[in-house]
Amino acid sequence: MTTQKFLYGLYNDDDIMVSGIKKIQGKGVKVNDAYSPFPVHGLENVLGIKWTRIAICAFLYGLTGLTLAMLAINYFMVVDWPMNIGGKPSMDFYQNLPAFVPIMFEFTVLSAAHGMAITYFLRNMTLPGLPARNPHPRTTDDHFAIEIAPEENAKYSKEELQQMLKETGVVEIFEKERIVKFI
Amino acid sequence: MVREAEVRTPLILGKDVTYHKITEEVCAPVEGKANKYWWGVFTLALILGLWGLGCITYTIGRGIGTWGLNTTVGWAWDITNFVWWVGIGHAGTLISAVLLLFRQKWRMAINRAAEAMTIFAVMMAAIFPGIHMGRIWVSYWVMPLPNQFGSLWPNFNSPLLWDVFAISTYFSVSLVFWYIGLIPDFATIRDRATGPLAKRIYGVLSFGWTGNAKAWIRFEEVSLVLAGLATPLVFSVHSIVSMDFATSVIPGWHTTIFPPYFVAGAIFSGFAMVQTLLLIARKVLFFERYITLQHIELMNTVIVITGSMVGTAYLSELFISWYSGVEYESYAFINRFSGPYAWSYWSMMTCNVITPQLFWFKKIRTSLIASFILSIFVNIGMWFERFVIIVTSLHRDYVPSNWAMFHPTWVDIGVYLGTIGLFFTLFLLFTRFFPVLALNELKSILKSSGEAFRGKDAHHHDEEKVEA
Repeated sequence: MTTQKFLYGLYNDDDIMVSGIKKIQGKGVKVNDAYSPFPVHGLENVLGIKWTRIAICAFLYGLTGLTLAMLAINYFMVVDWPMNIGGKPSMDFYQNLPAFVPIMFEFTVLSAAHGMAITYFLRNMTLPGLPARNPHPRTTDDHFAIEIAPEENAKYSKEELQQMLKETGVVEIFEKERIVKFI
Repeated sequence: MVREAEVRTPLILGKDVTYHKITEEVCAPVEGKANKYWWGVFTLALILGLWGLGCITYTIGRGIGTWGLNTTVGWAWDITNFVWWVGIGHAGTLISAVLLLFRQKWRMAINRAAEAMTIFAVMMAAIFPGIHMGRIWVSYWVMPLPNQFGSLWPNFNSPLLWDVFAISTYFSVSLVFWYIGLIPDFATIRDRATGPLAKRIYGVLSFGWTGNAKAWIRFEEVSLVLAGLATPLVFSVHSIVSMDFATSVIPGWHTTIFPPYFVAGAIFSGFAMVQTLLLIARKVLFFERYITLQHIELMNTVIVITGSMVGTAYLSELFISWYSGVEYESYAFINRFSGPYAWSYWSMMTCNVITPQLFWFKKIRTSLIASFILSIFVNIGMWFERFVIIVTSLHRDYVPSNWAMFHPTWVDIGVYLGTIGLFFTLFLLFTRFFPVLALNELKSILKSSGEAFRGKDAHHHDEEKVEA
């Protein structure tokens, strides 16, 4: 487990926070991250965070699920034990395809949804039992925090950074250690 | 921040609502103590549920012979209840998934509770095919397992197996969708919790949620994609349930209209149950500013639309049975409205087709009491719909010497009432321990759709002092 000390500015409004980030960035300071009680739209552009590719993962999981379902059904119903149901023998996959569609569809959705959910939990490092890593308890209520790494902004002293934050309408400035890596 | 037009009715009422006030009000039922009414209803529901569990145990111990089934009517209350509960379980995911894709912001106040209801309803539904198997301890045979049980695989051509996949996929995907939305709200409760036990429990439930920018990006993307995946699920599940009947050769079941007709009916009954539950919840939990009259009216609109679709389906069925010229097919429908079960047919017609039409009147659509009463009517009517489809189609088949009636035993009634008890037990627990409204979603629309931010360009300011 690796921890790192960060400087935080706490705001009580999302719009003030976003304009605050822009002001600080204008002075060449790198704002590391922001914590909010709900998704603040447009924040990723301000912070320069790339959009997630999790939807591509979901598509690939879905494709895997569809392939698995087709292979399995073909094995069960055509290869291993073909059945003659109501005078309609399951001689090949193609002829029975319409009857296989429901389960192929369901299994595709099942794989895509659960694969994506697991990826989501792992990428966010949100799993049952992990400690809370938000800098301030009120960032899940009505406050917004921005995070600055003093090491990455070495051209300014800590006091200068704090002064800069003060000018953006923060309600509080504090330093805190945070877990940055679990493994 | 994009603001809505001023003429739109605000979705969050109250001129003094702030982010903090939303947190306070939504967390209040979780953090406060339950009053005597909650305990009263909870005790009643729990007793009913335990009685139901007793009846289920009795069924498993003694066999299906404890029910009123006979050789002619081999499916009756069990499958009626199953389809009824699955239908009720359709509103939640429709609200949270389909309405998300259509960008209907009014879903945000009702989606959490509706989805909880969905999950509990599907759990109740799953009980019935499970116990109807008779030997519930071998229920895992529905899974395609390596066949040391003999050289057979489950039949992938069978709608009953499709149902296994459809219901389990629907249940698990709805559960994941619901839970992913709950995590940030559990984190809110975690960070507010004062007792060590509550802090620990909500700490585990919130998975260590941080709420940083990238996490929220992923959250939004996952919500959108899951909504996209869950939308076809909503429509497929009840379509597949209807194929349990439609792919058979029983007159009255063998109709191609079933999938869309069942889906409309499911949404109809699901919204009615949401209406029943939320009309009470908004009152006792003081959520009137979030679940407004506009929400009630919009849900009533969905009810009148889907109710009309169901009514159209009933009439088309009647017409087609005559138009087909098939004697058996015609008789199945004549028997429905004039046979020994005509009372159930006319109950269905009254509750599903006639009474919901009252919602065309704005006065009735926006009346809380009328909405509540009519939603109960729909719940009853939709139970009768499934009873009519299942029992009246079976009880008089091709050979008149086989004709029989179905009489429920006390076990049939006990299991059914038991599932209602269990459902309400779970829902009542949900209102005490879970955030009943989606906190993070409501906060995200406060500035754009809240009354507090109408007509001014003000920023949100909470003057309270914050300690580190």
